[in-house]
Amino acid sequence: MRFSTAIGLSLALFFLAGAPPVFAIGAGEALDDPALEQRAREIGKSLRCLVCQNQSIDDSDAELAQDLRRLVRERLSAGDSDDAIFDYVVSRYGDFVLLKPPFKPATYALWFGPGVVLLLAGAGAFVYLRNQSRRRTADADLTEAERQRLEGLLEDD
Amino acid sequence: MQISQLRFVLPVAVFAVVAAALGVGLTLDPKRVPSPLIDKPVPEFSLPPVTEEGEGLASTDLQGQVTLVNFFASWCVSCQVEHPLLNRLTEEDIVPVYGINWKDEPANALRWLKALGDPYARKGSDVSGRVGIDWGVYGLPESYLIDRHGRIAYKHIGPITERDLDNTILPLIERLRG
Repeated sequence: MRFSTAIGLSLALFFLAGAPPVFAIGAGEALDDPALEQRAREIGKSLRCLVCQNQSIDDSDAELAQDLRRLVRERLSAGDSDDAIFDYVVSRYGDFVLLKPPFKPATYALWFGPGVVLLLAGAGAFVYLRNQSRRRTADADLTEAERQRLEGLLEDD
Repeated sequence: MQISQLRFVLPVAVFAVVAAALGVGLTLDPKRVPSPLIDKPVPEFSLPPVTEEGEGLASTDLQGQVTLVNFFASWCVSCQVEHPLLNRLTEEDIVPVYGINWKDEPANALRWLKALGDPYARKGSDVSGRVGIDWGVYGLPESYLIDRHGRIAYKHIGPITERDLDNTILPLIERLRG
């Protein structure tokens, strides 16, 4: 196998491996009404499958995910709003079931943490760089006595 | 503190804080999701019996005394691990144990209970798994301690071990009764 072919193949494999998984939604599961089914997909994409944890219930083949997909569709068909469905699932499984964490006091650290760290690091870098440049200008300004001493040293050689 | 000292202490302090936070994180188990149902009344339900002659189980049965509700299934391997302990709770009359047979074939469940013993004072069959979802069940076995007023006091995820029983569950039963 030529080297370039090998590279090409491994790249192809790499991207295939990273491709999003095919939806696990089985035949006969989808709703007939395309608008409702669209809402069901949106909800399913944002609910975590607690068995596999890093997959949404739409992506997961776990039985519990399948049950939850069915539950979402039943509630939609019964006329529930999206929020009512999210509220129900969160009331049973907690905020962790939401793949996008909610914005509330308990999650402020999560939402603001990275910004705070960035600000602190930026402030640290600013102070450091300012000190550096100040030291450099300080180095450049020799007093009269220092310059004479320096010249004396150089001439000694 | 002098600036030169601060330049040494600050990075070490930041490292220590980050290391401590990550260290605590290592001791947590992401498979154990805290239940939002603690201190809430048990979800309303009424389940048919697993056997034809049994009584079934309803939320109204979980009032008036401290009880343990155990979700089990014949397909659940780790349920077999904790099963002898549940038998003991019943044999030694420590706490009434109620069972919910989750997403299971009743015939399989009966065979399973015949082989391993049946500790359940009452048990209901939740074939569709809907009642389990109402309780926030996401993997078996799961057990719930219910207080006298029918509120969920504690959720145990995974098989109950001897140590869980001695360190957590039995003391909590005492406290709930106290």
